[in-house]
Amino acid sequence: MKYTGLKYATALAVGTVMAFGLAASPGQAATDGMTPKKGGVLNFVVGSKIPSFDGHVETTFGMVHPIRPFYSLLIRINPDNPSSPTDFVCDVCEGDVPKGEDGGKTFTFKIRKDIKFHDGTPLSAQDVVATFNKIIFPPKGIASSRKAFFKMVESVKATDKYTVQFKLKFPSGSFIPAVATPFNFIYSKKDLDEKGYKWHQKNINGTGPFRFVEYQPGSFVSGKKYEGYHFKGQPYLDGFKAISAPKMSLRLQAIRGDRAAIEFRGFPPKARDDLVKALGDKITVQESDWNCVLMFTPNQKKKPFDDVRVRKALTLAVDRWGGSKYLSKIAIVKTVGGVVFPKHPLAATKEEMVKLAGYGTDIEANRAEARRLLKEAGQEGLTFTLNNRAVDQPYKVVGTWLIDQWKKVGMNVTQQVNPSPVFYDILRKKKNFDVSIDFNCQSVINPIADVTKFLGSAGNNYGNYDDPVLEAIYAKLERAETQEEQRKLMREFETRALNDQALIGVTLWWYKINAYRSYVKGWKIAPSHYLNQSLDNIWLDK
Amino acid sequence: MVTTSEIQVEAETEELLEKKSVFFHLKTFWRQQPLGAIGGVIVLLMIAMAIFAPFLAPYDPELNAFEFMLVPPDWQFFLGTDQFGRDMLSRLIYGARTALFVGFTAAFIGAFTGLVLGVGSAYFGGKIDIIFQRIMDVFMAFPLIIMALAVVAVLGPGIENVIIAITIPFIPQCARVVRSTALSIREIPYIDAARALGYSHIRIILRHMAPNVMAPFLIMLTAFVGQAILLEASLSYLGLGVQEPTPAWGLMLQGGAEEYVESAPWVAIWPGIAISLAVFGFNLFGDAIRDMLDPRLRSQ
Repeated sequence: MKYTGLKYATALAVGTVMAFGLAASPGQAATDGMTPKKGGVLNFVVGSKIPSFDGHVETTFGMVHPIRPFYSLLIRINPDNPSSPTDFVCDVCEGDVPKGEDGGKTFTFKIRKDIKFHDGTPLSAQDVVATFNKIIFPPKGIASSRKAFFKMVESVKATDKYTVQFKLKFPSGSFIPAVATPFNFIYSKKDLDEKGYKWHQKNINGTGPFRFVEYQPGSFVSGKKYEGYHFKGQPYLDGFKAISAPKMSLRLQAIRGDRAAIEFRGFPPKARDDLVKALGDKITVQESDWNCVLMFTPNQKKKPFDDVRVRKALTLAVDRWGGSKYLSKIAIVKTVGGVVFPKHPLAATKEEMVKLAGYGTDIEANRAEARRLLKEAGQEGLTFTLNNRAVDQPYKVVGTWLIDQWKKVGMNVTQQVNPSPVFYDILRKKKNFDVSIDFNCQSVINPIADVTKFLGSAGNNYGNYDDPVLEAIYAKLERAETQEEQRKLMREFETRALNDQALIGVTLWWYKINAYRSYVKGWKIAPSHYLNQSLDNIWLDK
Repeated sequence: MVTTSEIQVEAETEELLEKKSVFFHLKTFWRQQPLGAIGGVIVLLMIAMAIFAPFLAPYDPELNAFEFMLVPPDWQFFLGTDQFGRDMLSRLIYGARTALFVGFTAAFIGAFTGLVLGVGSAYFGGKIDIIFQRIMDVFMAFPLIIMALAVVAVLGPGIENVIIAITIPFIPQCARVVRSTALSIREIPYIDAARALGYSHIRIILRHMAPNVMAPFLIMLTAFVGQAILLEASLSYLGLGVQEPTPAWGLMLQGGAEEYVESAPWVAIWPGIAISLAVFGFNLFGDAIRDMLDPRLRSQ
């Protein structure tokens, strides 16, 4: 119990730091002290398509933004304090988020008794158990994108009609954040049993603040207020319409012309400036560091990228500090960081970072070293193709910048920009790329879980490498009990991944800018575009 | 008896006459087709820009210089810079290379393939002609840009695939036009004579029929170059063509026009003008050639 107390004291401190660390511009606190008005329909634009409605399978904001309002979670980040990585509140559970018992190996959740699914079925502990069993222990052939988040879970059981108990194999600080992941929609056990595990890919039946009304593929999703929502008095809106607008210019014009009030993912700085210039105080801006980082991954099954000297040269050539200064003016990237979300207590300080390859502030010295390594490896004038994703912000901008950086040490790089399905096909199936743009975008800030991306064994790692040393460091990190210990091991992990082996090159962390119509109240920016999207606290001041 | 000096004088006179003849033709062309001549000048300027790009461009077109990002046109950067601090003038000059490379390659391959297939189809006639023409109908049922988009969607983006994507829809267009002329040529007795002499089909098609369909072919060819430049720009604008950091006019529009059109309009204006001017030039030039080669229009 001493351990658990210490962990949560740490978590509280982290939360406080993070809450103050995240930036917010004027207009953010617009709802403070105001009484929410009821009514109205919120129109918002979404820049990505909906692959399916199943939150347990999908990983894109294109699904979360229009579909999340139909569902509830077991716990969620506090919608009034979404910048904190540790401020979790109950959604379908009641009371406070449970603290671990049994040395942090048992978590017991009491489920609310007043919740009904949109089809009228009452929600019980069995629904929560069925949901998490589907996520954590999916049957063969059923995809679960966040199964790996729950490696510490041994079992999920209902001890009575309204009590759910999670038993862990070992105590883990990443368990609660994993439960709060916004993709963990609570499904009805009846639906899963009677209609199958794939029914939710095309159908919706949740307990969220809005009921599903209509889906026009490629056009919009609409929802109307669920009168039986378990947070009484909410939602404030009568309904919402999520309008599909793949092109940024379209999304901007929609807000400018008041066809839509908000876009939840984020705009580049230029778009923010244009909106503010055109609409003045009719636009509110909120900004935050973003739990998303763009990386470049060399294919280590391919020569010469199996040579650590070549990989190191790739990372040494990149001027991250200079890039941060200028790219932040034209793209949604800004902060220099290592493997952990910047400003998090487990993240490297600048003093720690400058010791890593490619993070030194003397770029000319870095590049001289890169040239030396390339020469030593017999790869002067290295020519290769960069696989990139056909998404302007920030993929193509950062890709173009990287090519210029590599050119400065004599590399000759061409860019192959592919639509998302082709891009993923190359990474996951063909595996024939030289170097690829890659990303690590997570929802709840949970560094110990988030850094699994760097492990060769991770399902979302595309570097085609196996590093037992890194895996061993991670095994220790996962079980580390104090923050001090976690921090020390995280530095070891980072140094191995980014410096000693240069397995993946981290570029810049994203920076979230939300510029939206000022009449939208109640919504607070989170460090992830996946978070705080239930829309139950949003209201329109019209 | 003719002396050596007389032969020399005769040769020099012939040379002079020939020189005068070229000048004379140019002058006639200018007088008869002033718009076509302007088009020709634009085309020549573009070609010169593409060939001498390394000498004409003041900066490396791919070099990022963030300290000069979005600088408006001034004495240092005549046409301003883009969001990566790259010189717009240098990118426009090098962009002519991409446009002309794609334009000429796609137009030549498409037109020549169409020429051979069109003349061949007319020459063989019968079932071969019917089947071939139906295949052409299928290809021609799709609008040019839709067809090119479909091809790029299958093959993926990149300059080689863009050339293939643009070439494919050109083939049936050229084949159809050329075939209609070749059908009448097929009925001329000298083709029968060539057959009687035992010439091979290939020889008859390429040496005896193809040269006689040059007028419509050249018209198609020049029109294709303009269309190909426009298609390449369209595909690049849609993100399916040439990729960054290669300088290409359509890509320049895609990269910055939407975002910076208000605060830095030069990012969109210059590539837009370049595309319009190039297509305008090739179309004017192509129209003039058509008018020159068409006996009915020529007599007017």
